[in-house]
Parts: sequence; C-alpha cells; structure tokens
Amino acid sequence: MSKVNLTINGQKISVPAGTTILEAARQQGIDIPTLCYDPELPPNGACRICVVEVEKAKNLVASCVTPVIEGMVVYTESERVVSARKNVLSLMIANHPLECITCERTGNCKLQDYCYRYGISESEFVGEVKKLAPDDTNPFFIRDMNKCILCGICVGKCQEIVGAGAIDFINRGFDTIVAPPYRDPIENSSCVFCGMCVDSCPVGALIPKAGLGQGRPWEIEKIKTICPYCGTGCSVYLHVKNGKIIDASPDPDSPVNRGHLCTKGRFGWDYIQSEDRLTKPLLKKEGVFVEVEWDEALDFVAEKLSTIKENYSADAIAALSSAKASNEDNYLIQKMMRSIGTNNIDHCARL
Amino acid sequence: MTNSIEEITGCDTILVIGSNTTETHPVISYRIRQAVANGAALIVADPRNIDLVKIATVHLPLRPGTDVALINGLANVIISNGLMDSSFISDRTENYEKFKQTVEKYSPEYVAKITGVKVEDLIEAAKIYAREGKASILYTMGITQHTTGTDNVLSLANLAMLTGNIGRPSTGVNPLRGQNNVQGACDMGALPNVYTAYQQVGDKKVMDQLSTTWQVKLSNKPGLQATDMFQAVLDGSIKGMYIMGENPILSDPNSSHVIKALEKLDFLVAQDIFMNETSAYADVILPAAAYAERYGTYTNTERRVQLSYPAVKAPGEARPDWQIITELGKKLGFPWNYKSAEEVFAEIAAVTPSYGGLSYKRLQSNSLQWPCPSPEHEGTCYLHKDIFARGKGLFSAVEYKKPAEEPDETYPFILTTGRHLFHYHTGTMSRRSKGLSRHRPEEFVQVSPQDGIALGLQDEDMIEITSRRGQVQAKVRLTDKVAPGTVFMTFHYRETATNLLTNDVHDPVAGIPELKVCAVNIRKLAR
Repeated sequence: MSKVNLTINGQKISVPAGTTILEAARQQGIDIPTLCYDPELPPNGACRICVVEVEKAKNLVASCVTPVIEGMVVYTESERVVSARKNVLSLMIANHPLECITCERTGNCKLQDYCYRYGISESEFVGEVKKLAPDDTNPFFIRDMNKCILCGICVGKCQEIVGAGAIDFINRGFDTIVAPPYRDPIENSSCVFCGMCVDSCPVGALIPKAGLGQGRPWEIEKIKTICPYCGTGCSVYLHVKNGKIIDASPDPDSPVNRGHLCTKGRFGWDYIQSEDRLTKPLLKKEGVFVEVEWDEALDFVAEKLSTIKENYSADAIAALSSAKASNEDNYLIQKMMRSIGTNNIDHCARL
Repeated sequence: MTNSIEEITGCDTILVIGSNTTETHPVISYRIRQAVANGAALIVADPRNIDLVKIATVHLPLRPGTDVALINGLANVIISNGLMDSSFISDRTENYEKFKQTVEKYSPEYVAKITGVKVEDLIEAAKIYAREGKASILYTMGITQHTTGTDNVLSLANLAMLTGNIGRPSTGVNPLRGQNNVQGACDMGALPNVYTAYQQVGDKKVMDQLSTTWQVKLSNKPGLQATDMFQAVLDGSIKGMYIMGENPILSDPNSSHVIKALEKLDFLVAQDIFMNETSAYADVILPAAAYAERYGTYTNTERRVQLSYPAVKAPGEARPDWQIITELGKKLGFPWNYKSAEEVFAEIAAVTPSYGGLSYKRLQSNSLQWPCPSPEHEGTCYLHKDIFARGKGLFSAVEYKKPAEEPDETYPFILTTGRHLFHYHTGTMSRRSKGLSRHRPEEFVQVSPQDGIALGLQDEDMIEITSRRGQVQAKVRLTDKVAPGTVFMTFHYRETATNLLTNDVHDPVAGIPELKVCAVNIRKLAR
C-alpha cells in the first residue's frame, strides 16, 4: 500500500493512503475531539467538533472525513480551530439542558469534557430550546431527546451492527430528533434492547434505568466477567459500588464481542442480586426444608452417598453437572463421581 | 466450532441451518450481518421465517425434521453440476463413492417432495454454497435436537468436505453452542463415556494415568446419559442423584416422566443458586455462588477459554461449586486439598491435553482457544488444517429418516420448540431479571395466520396445546414466522411447561431428545 507523508502540529508522519486526518492524528497520540465519530461506523462529519486547519485550504476541514494527501500540513489546535470548536460547543449547549449536577452522565460525557477543555460554561446564543417528554416506557433505559446532540451513532449501531433498525432521524432542522417510526415509544418499535445505543451515546440522552441515582462513574469499579447466558462468551464489565452491582457494559477489547452485547448480557445480570438467592444449606426434615450448617449438610450427603454405594453399588448414584457452571466445577464433580466409582455423570448439553 | 466467531465476517457464503441466530446468539448474528454487508451470500435453512431471512439470498423453509433430505439434496446438485472440490476429496477424504451413491436418489424433485422446499431454491442454494471462496456452515439445536441429530451433523460434514470448505479460515462446520459453558462442561468430561478432552472411558492408558493422578480406582463401564438416568431411577437401578445447576423438570422432554423419577429417588442433592422446580424434590439443597461472585474459567463456542473475575461477594453462606465439592470430596475420603479455583485449573491443565498450555497466569492477559497443548502454544483459531483428527475425513452415507412423530388426524400440527431473545432456557435466571421479565412476562404460542383463521383464533386468545404426553395452556400470537401446520413454543415459562408436550425419544448415538418435532393439537379456550 502506498504511503502518504504529512505534518501534524509540526510532527512529520507517514501513513497509508486513504487514512483520514483523524486516524493519522490518533495514531500519533494527538487528541482531536469527536462526538459523531465511531470507529466501526462510516464517518458522517456531522458534529464539526473535529475540524482542523490545513495549510492552503480555505476552510477548516472535518478531520474524520478528510483523507490525508501528500505534503499536507495540519494544525489540530490552532487559534482558528479552537475558535470554531468553541462556536460548535456554544451552539450545542444553546439547546442542551445543563443539568450536569444531576445528569447520570456527568463525568462520562463528551460534551461536558469538551466544554471543560475549551472553557465553555454557557452559550453565547439564546434561542428556542427543545421541551420533549422523555420516553421511559421500557424497563431498560430512558430516552431523553432534549439532551440528544444528533451525532447519529445510535442510529448507526442500530442499523449497521444490530440490524434492528428501530430508530432514525425524523423531521428537519431544529425539529430533528432520533426516534422510532411515527415517534412511537421505543417499547413498541423493532428495538431489541441490546443497549448498544445507550453505551455509545456521547451524552446523557440515553440512560440505563438500573443504575439511576446509584453512583458516579468515578465511584464505580468495573470488573470483567464472562456473560452467563449463551455460548458466545461475551466479556462484560459489571459496575460495582459498595459491594453491589449497579450496571454493566460491554468489553470493547474482547476478541469475542468487541464492545457489542445483546439484551440479556447488557441488562439481564440483576438476577444475581435477587431476593430469592439461596443463602444457607437446607435439609429436608419431616417434609420441610430447615436451615443447617455446612458441616451438617455435607456430612449428611457424604453419609447417604456412601450408604447407597455400600448397599447397592457406585452405579446406583448419578450426577448431573451444569453447562452453566465453570470448568473448575465441572471438572471436580466428574472427578468426584469417578472417584466414587461410577461414570454416571452428564449434563444438559443436549437440551 | 471448527472455526472462530470473528472469521464469520470474512466468509463469502454462510449457510445458517437450524439456528435462529438473531435471538439465540445475537452477537454472532451481528457478525453474519457484517459479512452480508461486506458482500457475502447468506443461505438460511429454517422452517420458520426467522429474522435472518430478511437479509438472506435464499431461504429454504424445510419441514421440521427433513434436514438430511435437504442436505443430501444440496450435495446431489453440487455433484451433478460438477461443483465439488475433487482435489480436496481425493487428497483429504475417504468413502466418497459410497456417499455419492447414497445422494444420487436425492434429486431436487425428490427432495422438494420431502422437505417442501422449491426445486429452484434448492438448486440456487447448492450453487451458491459450492462456488469459489470461503463458505461456512452455522447451526444450532435445530440440527441436533432430532432423533436423526447425529445424521444431520454428519450430513453437514459431508457438505463441507464435498466442497473443501473445512480446514481454512472462514469455513467449517460450526455449532453455535447454547450455554455459556456447555463446551467447557464437555471438555471437562462431565459426560458418561469420556474423561477430560474426550479421552475414552475404558482406554487403559488414559485410565492408568488418571488413576495415578487422582489416587483412585476407576470404573471402565461407561455411565448413563442424562436422558437415560431418569428411566434408570424408575427401573430402580439408580437410588441417589446429585444435581448441580440444572432444572431437568423444565428442560427435559416429557416432564411428567422426570417428576415421577424424582419422587422415586431415595436421595437427591440439589446444588444451585436458586430453588427451582427440581430442587423442591431434594433432600438437601446446597447454596452455590453465582459466576459474578467467584473466579472461574468458561469455554465458549469457539473453544476460547476465558477467565471471569469475582465482582461481588456471594450472599449469606453460598459458596463456589468447586469449594462445595472439595469439602464433600474430603468427607468422602478423597485426598483433595484445593484452596482456589486456580489450583483446580492447574490440575485440569495437567490431565487435559488440549488445555495443557493454559494457566490462570496466561488467561489473565489473554483468552486462548484450545487446542493449546503447551505453554508456548498460542492456541488454535480453526481446526482440521492439513489433516483431520482421524487422518482422512470420512464421508458418511446417510439416508433420510422420518421424525419419530408425524402429524395425524388427532394431532395435526407439528410443535417445534426453542428460545426467544429475552429469556433463557428454563427462565431461572432471566425471569428473575426485572427488565427482561417485565418486557416478556409470558409465553405466546406462534401460530400461522392461516391456521389462526381456520381455528377462529385472534392474537392473545388462550389456547390449549395437547400432545400424546400432556397438555398446556398459553396465549396465541398469529405470525407468519411459522408456516401453516407448524406451531412454535419456548420452554422459558414454568406456567407454560412446554416440555410436558415434547417427545422424549432420542437420537440413538448422541442421546439428544427430539425437541424440535412432535405432533400436537391446538384448541381455542373460552375467554
């Protein structure tokens, strides 16, 4: 592949032809802000926050859609660039509720981060603001289109990755919003509630219900687990605060799911914290389950299994292991049965 | 899977057969979608008008249980058009002639009669699958849960070998496995006829080695399969059972039979995270920790071993399964002393050749796909490169056999069962998830609009579904997802225990029950 030489902020670099300015800069560790850019979607140049100055070019260019050319000289934080970005941010927050104090995305919001970076605390522009009722008809997330900045990433994920096609841009100009057909509640659309729109939203327009009011991003520890549902083996971060799981998110670096999940992986983890969990060994005494200590329960099991083996044979005992349990658990239960002297061990692989 | 999930995106052709991937393996369906966006052709063979049909090049809506006929038909078209990979056949396979003779009679016209698939669609699908490039087969329980499950899989292997679509990236015969660690449970030897890594019970060398490592005497008599265990209880030969993390009353076919067996047991231990329908019959219930409360490794459908970390503490006195079994093992007098899941895994690596190179230390930085026989080995993305496990690939001459039960006057519909997107298996987990259960709180039997009109049914009407084994009631949903004459139900809801209806006949080799085909009748109930 042919290489193209260019200069970014005084650094000379060489990248494959066809690379965009944004990609070239990121490879060099130069941080150009983006709101509508997502590496797995076609760039759409919508938000204009990624503009850069190119020598000899009349206008600033959107770096996410502009391919590099030989000899290009690029400035990513020049005075003109910074002034343009400030304008873009100012326009955005003119019609964006600045409820950062209570907004769930505070601390994990790109709009907030860039306003901080460029020192924008309020808008220079005064005009109409959206007043739309949030859609919270479904049990998984809230859609508050007042906070939407129309970056289109959610639309792209839904169409291109998932194929659900539940949402798109509707109306024009100031009235443009992202919505299901006929502005129906999302609950009545073709949405499959994978939550990928929620996790890729750069602002607070899409908020999972599970974690509402439960914690700020900096208070949360993210722990890597493997999804307990189907055999795909997606890697999921569980978000934990004070010993409690409050939300989950896909692992972007997993070679299996690379940032994608389905509804069960994204929203189906809360059964772990169900009130119904068994917490104590139970022994049936005169037809009723009674709580006992571990030792009593295991002594009883060991004695019963030994008696059956003595009175009949090891083959009078059988075990069903579990396709839900880990390798370690499955290994040990088959080793136990074989140590008892029988191969009567199976699990639900066939079901 | 012979190949890897990510390889799907590089396929030129994908044959999805008996898999409603969008609902059962959603993330894998994203890869199929990406492949199609990249220009791949998609063939969907499924009795139902599943979501993937929307992006398919060809849909083959076969009658449930006619898979062998369909696949032999595809092979017939490929051979009669000279589209097979002759050098692959001669270099890497055997028994081709016998196979060729068998599929000769499966002409498109003959197959169309059996399967209900149009002649022209069958021919088009065969030509697409056999064209130049990389073709992959993806399947799920729609292929395996039949009395001919083994035959169905052998037929798919024939198809892949016939066209040389195995042993290369983005090809292969790829079962998408249904549970997070069903691959691992099999790899670990939680099966009656094999130890870890499929080493045979009865193989003297293997048994000698394991006896030494485990310091016990081993039985060389293969054990009973799950589906036969309950019969053995009723026959009186099994007296005690230990059930860890399963709910056979809802998951196994012909539930009434399972219940009778559980009632008859002298002794039942249930080890689980919840009480379920099955543990109600137990003498002892042991509380287990959930995946998010402990270390553990899980092996996914592409043979990838992944380490999962503890996020929170287990509730009350619940303990990890490995720890409970270790304690019990000690009380049974075994010389066990595992202090951590990591220690157990180290022993697994020592006795499991395909896991030999794996350790917690390695898995902390990277997941790895088996076979990974040594610490330097980087794992295996796809199997059967250059050589098959048995040497030459063996073509199997497989004839079509009818399902055990066919529709008749009393039971005129075919019931086929499966999962939907929002719930999972018997619902023990997903129905305790607040969001999932609120979104899909109850079963809807899928019935075709044509049958619905004939029976005077409207959406949400209560119907009764009856088979030779039992009856259940549920609401109906009229949808063209199912063909006339077929109804579809899930087994997620205890209120609608679909497995009261299903047939417990099973495949003679694999022991898998025929959950995808049984004959039922449906009738509208008064509102």
